[in-house]
Order: sequence, then C-alpha cells, then structure tokens
Amino acid sequence: MAFTFAAFCYMLALLLTAALIFFAIWHIIAFDELKTDYKNPIDQCNTLNPLVLPEYLIHFFFCVMFFCAAEWLTLFLNLPLLAYHVWRYMSRPVMSCPGLYDPTTIMNADILAYCQKEGWCKLAFYLLSFFYYLYGCDKKKNLSVAMEILHCTLVDSSKNDRRVRHPQTTKT
Amino acid sequence: MSAPGYTNRSSSASFGQNSPANGGAAPPFQNGETGRIMVRFCLSHPLASPAPPPSSSAQYSHQPFQQTPYAPPGSYYVQQSCQTSLPQTQPQTQTQPQPQPTLVPAPAAGPGAPLYPIVSYPSAHGCSQYGTLSSLQNPSTPGVTQIAAPLHHYNTAPPPCATGVQPGYAAGSAGQTAPTVNGQGGAGTSEVLAVSIEIQLNCGETSSSTTGSASPAPNSYDSLEGGSFPGGPPSHFTKNTQVRKNVTELICAFDPLPSLQPFPNLSQLSAALGGLSGVPELEVEALRPVNLLQERNLLPQRPQEAPEPNLSPDLKKVNCSPQTFRCTLTSIPQTQALLNKARLPLGLLLHPFRDLQQLPVITSNTIVRCRSCRTYINPFVTFLDQHRWKCNLCYRVNDVPDEFMYNPVSRSYGEPHMRPEVQNSTVEFIASSDYMLRPPQPAVYLFVLDVSHNAVEAGYLKVFCDSLLENLDKMPGDSRTRVGFLTFDSTVHFYNLQEGLSQPQMLVVSDIDDVFIPSHDSLMVNLKESRELVKDLLTSLPAMFSQSRETHSALGPALQAAFKLMSPTGGRVSVFQTQLPSLGAGKLQSREDPNQRSSTKGVQHLGPATDFYKKLALDCSGQQIGVDLFLLSSQYADLASLACVSKYSAGSIFYYPSFHHVHNPAQLQKLQKDLERYFTRKIGFEAVMRIRCTKGLSIHTFHGNFFVRSTDLLSLANVNPDSAFAVQVSIEDSLADSSLACFQAALLYTSSKGKRRIRVHTLCLPVVNQLSDVYAGADVQAITCLLANMG
Repeated sequence: MAFTFAAFCYMLALLLTAALIFFAIWHIIAFDELKTDYKNPIDQCNTLNPLVLPEYLIHFFFCVMFFCAAEWLTLFLNLPLLAYHVWRYMSRPVMSCPGLYDPTTIMNADILAYCQKEGWCKLAFYLLSFFYYLYGCDKKKNLSVAMEILHCTLVDSSKNDRRVRHPQTTKT
Repeated sequence: MSAPGYTNRSSSASFGQNSPANGGAAPPFQNGETGRIMVRFCLSHPLASPAPPPSSSAQYSHQPFQQTPYAPPGSYYVQQSCQTSLPQTQPQTQTQPQPQPTLVPAPAAGPGAPLYPIVSYPSAHGCSQYGTLSSLQNPSTPGVTQIAAPLHHYNTAPPPCATGVQPGYAAGSAGQTAPTVNGQGGAGTSEVLAVSIEIQLNCGETSSSTTGSASPAPNSYDSLEGGSFPGGPPSHFTKNTQVRKNVTELICAFDPLPSLQPFPNLSQLSAALGGLSGVPELEVEALRPVNLLQERNLLPQRPQEAPEPNLSPDLKKVNCSPQTFRCTLTSIPQTQALLNKARLPLGLLLHPFRDLQQLPVITSNTIVRCRSCRTYINPFVTFLDQHRWKCNLCYRVNDVPDEFMYNPVSRSYGEPHMRPEVQNSTVEFIASSDYMLRPPQPAVYLFVLDVSHNAVEAGYLKVFCDSLLENLDKMPGDSRTRVGFLTFDSTVHFYNLQEGLSQPQMLVVSDIDDVFIPSHDSLMVNLKESRELVKDLLTSLPAMFSQSRETHSALGPALQAAFKLMSPTGGRVSVFQTQLPSLGAGKLQSREDPNQRSSTKGVQHLGPATDFYKKLALDCSGQQIGVDLFLLSSQYADLASLACVSKYSAGSIFYYPSFHHVHNPAQLQKLQKDLERYFTRKIGFEAVMRIRCTKGLSIHTFHGNFFVRSTDLLSLANVNPDSAFAVQVSIEDSLADSSLACFQAALLYTSSKGKRRIRVHTLCLPVVNQLSDVYAGADVQAITCLLANMG
C-alpha cells in the first residue's frame, strides 16, 4: 500500500483535529461552569491555562506538515487561525506561567462572553476541518489505497470462490 | 470665588476668626480638627435653618473623626469650606435672619484658603439645609477624588420660585411633580446659586442621620429594641422644581462677580428653560471663556446634592441614602437601546461599610429572604396580603413566616410591613451560624515594615511607632486581638513577643529564597497579654535601625513570610515600603525612563511588570488576609506592580510621593492623619458582598479592590469604612413591565468583636422610557465617579 506523504498528513491532521475538538469542548464547558458559579475562577484558570499552548502547538504542527506536503489550499485555510492564535497569545495579560486566562479579570462579563464565543467558533471550525480532512483523504490521496484495498479483498474473495468451485469441476 | 470686588484674605489671616458680618455668634473655628465631614455647609448665615434636626445636631459640633484621609489638607477647597462650616452651622442658624441680602464672608478654612463670599437671603424659617446635603463621603476608593470637587454645577433657579421666596413646604410639594433633578449646569450666577440654595432650604424635614462620622469606637449601632429612628435615612427632597439643564452643559457660565443685582439674564434663563425639555444637544447660553489663572475658585462652594429619584414620597422616605448607594442614572431606562441612545454609563456606586449614625440592627431568628433569588426582605417588596410577599427583584411570591408577623418595635401582631426590615433600606442582621464557614476570626493585625537605609532616611518609622503607641488601645478588636511585627531589609526579621519575656526578641531569617517561620507560637501575640512588650518594641524600633546601612529591600520574601504567619487565621497586613523591592522573589526593575515622563506618547508602564504580587494577593484573599500598602518612596517604586497586592486582596493603598520626615512636612502630616484614621477605623473581616438587581438588569463589570469570586459575589478579605466600589450594569431584558428597578447589596462580614453580621442596602429607582427623563435623572457626580473608577 502506497501512502503518499500528503495522505499521511491528512490522516494525522484528522487525528489531531479530534484532539482539538476535545479541547474546544473542554473550554466551552469550563466557561459555562464559571458562568453558572459552579467553579471558582482560580481553579478553573489553573486547569485551562495549561491547555492553551498545547492546542496552539498542535495546530501549528500540522500547518507545518501541510506546508511540507505542499498542500497549499489546506494550508491557506488554516493560516487565519494560526495568525489569530499568535495574536491572542501576544496580547495576553502579564502572567508568569503560560496561559491566557487571568482569574482576576475572567469574571468580567465581556471577557467571559468573548471566551465563550471563541470556544464555540473554534469548535465549529475544528469540526468543519475534521470533515474536510476526512473528505480530502478520500478524494485525493487515498483513492489509490482504497482501490488497492478493494482489489485485495475482491481477489481474496474470488480466490475463495474458485477454491470452492474447483472441487466440483474436478469431480465432473 | 475670587471676586474682584472682595478682598482675598491672605493666608495668614482669619484662621479661626469669625467674620463680623456673620449673623451672630459664630463659634470659633477649630483649627485642629480636620472637619472633613462634608456636611452642614457654609451657610453660616441665617440662611440655614434655625431648627436643627433633632437627631443630628449635636453630632456635627466636633468631629475629630476623619473621613477623608486621602485628601491632603487644604488642597481641595471643598474641604476647606467644610472646615468652615462645621462648627458653625447649627448654633449659628438660630440667629435672627437678616432683612436684606448681605454678603457674608465665610471664615477662612485654613491657612491659604481664600474666602468665599456667600450671598445670603432672608428666610423666615427653614429646616437645616444641608442636613442631607453633601455628605459626599470622600472616603471612596483612593482612586476617586472627591466627587464634588472637579465638577462645576449650578442649579438654575426656577423663575417662578425666585419671585416668591416661599418659606415652608412649597418646594417640597412642588418637588413631587417635577422630574427630579440634577441636570447640572446652566448659566448660573452666584445669586442664582444662592437663591436656589435658599429654595432648597425651605423644604421639608431633613434628617441627616446617616451623614457625618461615627464615633471612633465601633459601637454606635442602635439595637433593634431601641425603637424607631427619627427620620431614618435622610430624605432628599427635590429642592428645585424646574427642569434643569441637562448634563452636557457642564461648562456653564459662572459669573464670579457676586453682585447684588438680580439675575442678569433671568428672562433669557426662563426662555431657555421653557424651551428645554431634555433635548440632549442644546447650546448653553452665555458661554464665556474663563481665565483659570485669574479665577481660581471655579468650583461650587458647597457640595452638590445628589439628585433624587422620581418616586412617591413614601418610597423616597425609605430609599437608601445616596451616600451609601448611588446610581448614575436615577431613572433607569427601560431598554438597552434607550440606554445606548443616552450615551451615559449605567452603574452603581456603593459605599457599603460606611460609618453610619443610625443603623437598625436586627437580631431575629429568621432572616426573611426570597426563596429563589435569596434577596433579603426590604422596604420595596409588596405584601399581597398579610401572609405573602412578592419579591421585588425576581417577582416571586413568598410566604411570610410566623415570627415575622410580630413586630417587636411596636409590639403588635399582624403588621409585617411595619417591621424594621421593611421600614429601613439599610439594616444590619446578626447572622446565624449558617452564614459562617468557620468560627468568626479574631482581629489579627500584622505590620510589615521596611527598615532599609532608605526607610531610615525617610524617617517614617518614628511616625508610625508614635502613632501606633497612641492608638494601640483604640484599634478595633476585643480580648482576642492579636498583633505581630515583621521588619525587613535584605533579610527578614521576626519579633518574639511572648508574655514572659523581659524584652522583645528579634529573630533574623536571612534565607530569603525560602523564607520560613522561625517559631510558631509567639510571633503573633495576644495584644492584651503582651501589651507591655509591644509597647517596648514600638519604643525601641526606630532606634534599632538608625544605623542601618542595608540598601536592599526584600519585600517579596517579607510578604511571603507574612502570608505564612497569617494563613491560619486571616486578618490584616499593613505593609510600609519606601523603595523598589530589589531582592528576592518579586523584585522589580526600574522600568521608568525619566526622560519619557513628560512625553506626549502617552503614559507607559501602567500595568504590572510581574504577576508575583497578583498571585500573592489571590492567595491572601483565599486565606482572608487583606494587605494594605503604604508606599513612602521618593523615587520610582513601580506602584503599578506593587498595587496588585492590595487590589485583589481588598486592601487599601496609601501613597506618599517624596516622603521625608523633615523635608516634606505636608506628607508627614498627611501620614500622621492617615495613620490615625487607619488604626482607629472600623474593620470587617472575612467579608463577602453580593449585589443583586431586578430581573432584566445584570452587573457586568466590577471596579474596586476585591476579588470577583463568581458572577456577582465579591470576596473581600477586609472591609473598612473608607472602601467603596463601582459596578457597571447592563440591561439585558426590557424592563417594560416593571415600573421600579431595585438593587440590593448585602455585605456579610465578621466584626472586629467576632460577630458575624450582614449589612443590607436596598435602592429603588423608577424606570422610564423617555430619553428626556433619563437625562433629567442623570447624576453627574455619580457618572464622573464611575468613569474615574473605570479608568
């Protein structure tokens, strides 16, 4: 089975996007918990802040991979999100540990609303890109692989058929 | 106002002297007291009432208790005028009214204060005018300067009222019909001002019970069984009946010539007023340029009264005092769209723990609260019948518990609406153990002092020690009160003050990277038991470090040590710092470039450089430790970073730029006064505050020194009478189906005597749907205060 590098990129991106979707859902739930006073901002920020950089690095990683695989359209679609991540991280409040969320300001209604909206938008984006990678996999690159797999299964089944039929013919 | 026609008394003159034109026996003005109670203003002339309100007359004679520690003495003229007015108003008002208007120069407030000529008009009677006026309690947040001071409002006198000076209650009755108030501005002259003031006088009773200061001892609360309270919260009646000019006309024309002729352009005024109906963009008549170098005294002589909401009289009577709880718009717009159109911020200013003269304290077994929104019962609920009440915030119908049907004040049954909780909008409940997470903590005070060479040079230590020695007994607390001391330069020093020792023992920890507490027991000692040792320490402390040559300051490690010491109990930490912390955790760089100080690019470095202090403050807040910062530095000390330690732990910040005990006597005096107030003022520990609003309104941003623990819950490690807060409110749903909007602030705290109490303030405001009504009800001072807090 011949996997092209681009195909491999797409499959990896598919898996990683699943992880990113998970992070986005985590963010949404966390902000909702803050809004309904279920949790304390300090604890919540301590759980959210460590997730921010990994998310950004994962996204950056498969952007780099697409660049290496010369998948320009996909790269082009991901670039705005990359720029947004860079801008967001640059304009974070002064803090010594990596992260974006400051417990003293996160409870302001405008910041909380912004973070929630950001969570939903990212979830939508990651879902769309998940399906895009899935389709992209199928359409372009793994067609040959799919054909090969199909051929192998057919060949096997036909071989079985021949074996089944063969004794009959030999009998008569 | 420096009027050309009047002599400006020189600074040396007339301090304490009575001007002869004053109508009679003005008591000599006391110098020593700061008299910063901004009440009872300058009308030391017969314009003021001859009949002082019963409850408050005696309270204003001597007010040693300072209310405004942040304002340097003499710098705000308003303060000065307070000083003039204070001893004079009541006794003087009993003198005979003069038959013609005279100019009564006010006695000088202090050295350097020019006189403000006051025009007085005869009045046959009046109640004490500023009973309710003005207690613009400056002890707001340190960031907020006095509310009245920078504004320049003049009330235009209504033409009809000007003609007949009606003594009595005419204005009072008229005030009910007109929309209330406050559009400031207008082409006022001094006569206009005086006339309008005079009219203001003649309205009904004013009970100024909640203005002024409390006695220094924290036991000025009336208990429930004491019965009714004369007047209760002050009633602010609209003094002016006309529609005032709207808020955009702040830059009004102020004619400094207090000439005696009547309004120069009265006809113009009346024409303008007739045409006005709250149209937002209206040009001001008679705008003229003002030369600020000539006319130094542009600000109004007396504090401006808060506008009153346009409510029915019985609601007005019980409404919360504007000194405690104030809204920027006294008529709430119905929809967010209307609010946006008005382009004014909607917010609340809150001074919850303010010193009050009268406070109903309720010791009831059940505290009646709404079942769904947990609002405390307040004067603005509706009783559907004797046994059910409807919450005014969430509109839920609740049951009245049986105990509530009995009214202990009048000893009658079956009248729940006569109970004190429903008759007063500011009440205090004694909280049961449901409101406690842990047994109430004792008062614990820790003093963290910088003793580096810089600090010795500045010389604050002697001032501090003297002040503390003097006020040691007046610090709020009971027999469980504990104190401790920590000093630091490049190492951290602890003091063992155990009872049996003959003298205090100093323990030095030089490992500042990992500060540990040397001995666990007697670093924070019971004040009663170790009083002599504490006094010995305070007496010897200044001399101990007089030869110090250490130039470094390890503030971060000292704060970490303080945190470790106070973690078990919580309490208050007072930090005195005189330079940039240069050693250990949290050390700061001098990031200011002196050449850029006056650059036009904009002020830089307004945010913290490191989040060490913020994290420390959050940890302190979690352990109910409040950190107050006294910054006495002469050079750049990065207050932007250091302030975080107080901001998020509900502490206060006191800043004395260029402090030196010899070269800067003004700052020295300020420190002394501030320390006296700081040591003796009331304090509440482990406090939380929640602000609730009517359905449809919500609070979206909080400003002040606290930590926002959840959407409307503020965690305040310490609360003190000088702390004030501002919040911004947004209108989420239309308020079309409610005619009243209410706000309730509930502060749950532990008093210094270890009692758990809840102080509840409720404010009620009408809802309007016309833009003109919104403008008519805008409170300019409150708006300015909110903007100052937001910035």
